[in-house]
Amino acid sequence: MRKNYKVITGAVIVGSILLNIFFDLFEFEGFLPSAMLYVSLISGAIGATILIVKENLLVYVAKRGFEAFVTMFVIATATFLLLRFLPGGPFDTEKALPPEIKANVEAKYNLNAPLIEQYGLYISGLLRGDLGQSYKYIGRSVTEIIAQAMPATFKLGFYALLIAFIIGVPLGVIAAYKHNTWVDNLAMAGAISGVALPNFLVGAILILIFALYFRVLPAALWESPTHYILPVLTLGLRPISIIARLTRSSVLDVIRSDYIRTAWAKGLGEKVVLFKHVLRNSLIPVLSISGPLIANVMSGSFVIEVIFAVPGMGRHLVQSVNNRDYPLILGLTLLYSVVLIFANLIVDLLYSIVDPRIKLA
Amino acid sequence: MSQSATTDQKTMLTSTSGKAESLWADAWKRLKKNKASVVSGIFILIMCFIALFAKQIQPYPFDKQDITQILEGPSATHWLGTDNLGRDLLSRLIYGARMSMAVAIFTAFVSLFIGAVYGAISGWFGGKVDAIMMRSMDILYSIPALVLMILVMVAFGSVELFDNPELKAMTGIFLALSIVGWVSVARLVRGQVLQVKEMQYVEAAFAMGASQFGIVWKHIFPNILGPIIVTLTFQIPANVLFESFLSFIGLGLQPPFSSWGVLANEGWRSLRNYPHLIISPGLAIFMTMLAFNLFGDGLRDAFDPKLKNR
Repeated sequence: MRKNYKVITGAVIVGSILLNIFFDLFEFEGFLPSAMLYVSLISGAIGATILIVKENLLVYVAKRGFEAFVTMFVIATATFLLLRFLPGGPFDTEKALPPEIKANVEAKYNLNAPLIEQYGLYISGLLRGDLGQSYKYIGRSVTEIIAQAMPATFKLGFYALLIAFIIGVPLGVIAAYKHNTWVDNLAMAGAISGVALPNFLVGAILILIFALYFRVLPAALWESPTHYILPVLTLGLRPISIIARLTRSSVLDVIRSDYIRTAWAKGLGEKVVLFKHVLRNSLIPVLSISGPLIANVMSGSFVIEVIFAVPGMGRHLVQSVNNRDYPLILGLTLLYSVVLIFANLIVDLLYSIVDPRIKLA
Repeated sequence: MSQSATTDQKTMLTSTSGKAESLWADAWKRLKKNKASVVSGIFILIMCFIALFAKQIQPYPFDKQDITQILEGPSATHWLGTDNLGRDLLSRLIYGARMSMAVAIFTAFVSLFIGAVYGAISGWFGGKVDAIMMRSMDILYSIPALVLMILVMVAFGSVELFDNPELKAMTGIFLALSIVGWVSVARLVRGQVLQVKEMQYVEAAFAMGASQFGIVWKHIFPNILGPIIVTLTFQIPANVLFESFLSFIGLGLQPPFSSWGVLANEGWRSLRNYPHLIISPGLAIFMTMLAFNLFGDGLRDAFDPKLKNR
């Protein structure tokens, strides 16, 4: 019974995520895909709630939630002040605006109010999920822009992490299993190169080969699943390498441990030992690196989005910096931070489920 | 205990077993055995040399335009070809090493210093001081690195401090990288200090009446220097990459000045027809990062042979 709810919620979440991927890749649209998205979100939330209550993590999660809230508040305040105090406003164009128009524009964005009032307006807007109006895209709210850009960025990051685990873990296991043979050496040489290769070089080479020479894949934009392949591969290369190296060292550690020797001594079959004992235990450190990996993929997606012209949040951030679109910069900074904080919390919770030795409190 | 006695003991032991050497000599010995690390170390030294004497080494001035030789492929006169203004790519690459290496190495040392001091204070005093210092650091940690860097670059970009655009970009990138870099060092140092401060030799030093600063400086730091140096070696390549990111997305240095990120950005724009323009700065970054990573791996194994194969 104790284990049942974990298995069931896990199965529901994994199943609905797989369905979502399926719908996305085969471009199904309409009621079913969006329903599945909600199913996975809701089942995830329910599963998490049951888990939190059953494992007595309520206090821990509340503490983390409160910390996250304070952190967000500090980040919002600091970013707000930073951007307000910068010399040179977004409306300093080459052509000086007539004073009346300038006053009007500033009134529209509340820029002529006292700072404390602007700040109050900003924070109360934040609590309502209103991030203000964009300076650059007239008539569009920041929330709207971000909502439009979010799916591309999330998909890009999700698929990059997915292929990182799908390719990286087996690669690391094989390398460890063939320890000190040419297979191991080749895999590790590949992995260390993968960490050292800059994104734009990988992107350039992939585009040159697949888009310009063979002409089989599109070089840019984000319209159909074939557009996903090159950006996801480029973004995924570094996580693949990191995971492969970590899996390998972790498997090597576990293989030498006493309980594996016991398992062999008990006369268990090779498959049982490898999959049930070695693999499961060696994946724990791999899971622990997913927090930093998510941050890594986030940073990486900036360059990828610029390179492949993916209409996502990273490209918006880069452009909003050049446009001095302060509300958009603020909103994106906050959103990126929320995602990172939330992802870290989930990773920590997952970690405690997978490894009962870890006690969160 | 007198100095000569320990030295005598040491030589005696060395002559009999050949194993009782200081941690540093031991590490050096192990490092020398690791071929990849030695080659990487030499490569790093060469890169530093190139960066230091960039102005003397470059075959042409890095910003000299030659309209008669635009966008040429590699040839005997221009080994790596020329860009869209007829500037020699090799010279720009060599000159760019100056910026990339300087920022990377300098930043690593500054974040090391700030992080070490912060982490040591936090770990040594513990309790409330530790809690407050760590919480405030967590705030920085919850902003993705590149977003934080971009914010710093935006803020710094609108401050008119320097007339020299190269110096200005360099200071900006340097600030952006340091603000991100010191956090991981501080975490590491704090963890190490927490461990080491429970050791008996620290207690002994305390009992002998050593000052707090003296204990941290003389007894704790030398013992945690190994992991710190290893972190440093891994921070430098990360910095090289971040510099190129920032310049690539147009926030760092601007042409006609040169860094590897600037060259990558310029090369990217003419990828379709002149791929050689992005390949060479890309490879320069790749080889430098590879060298630092391999060297760092070797260094880590050398300091802690138990960790080998990680």
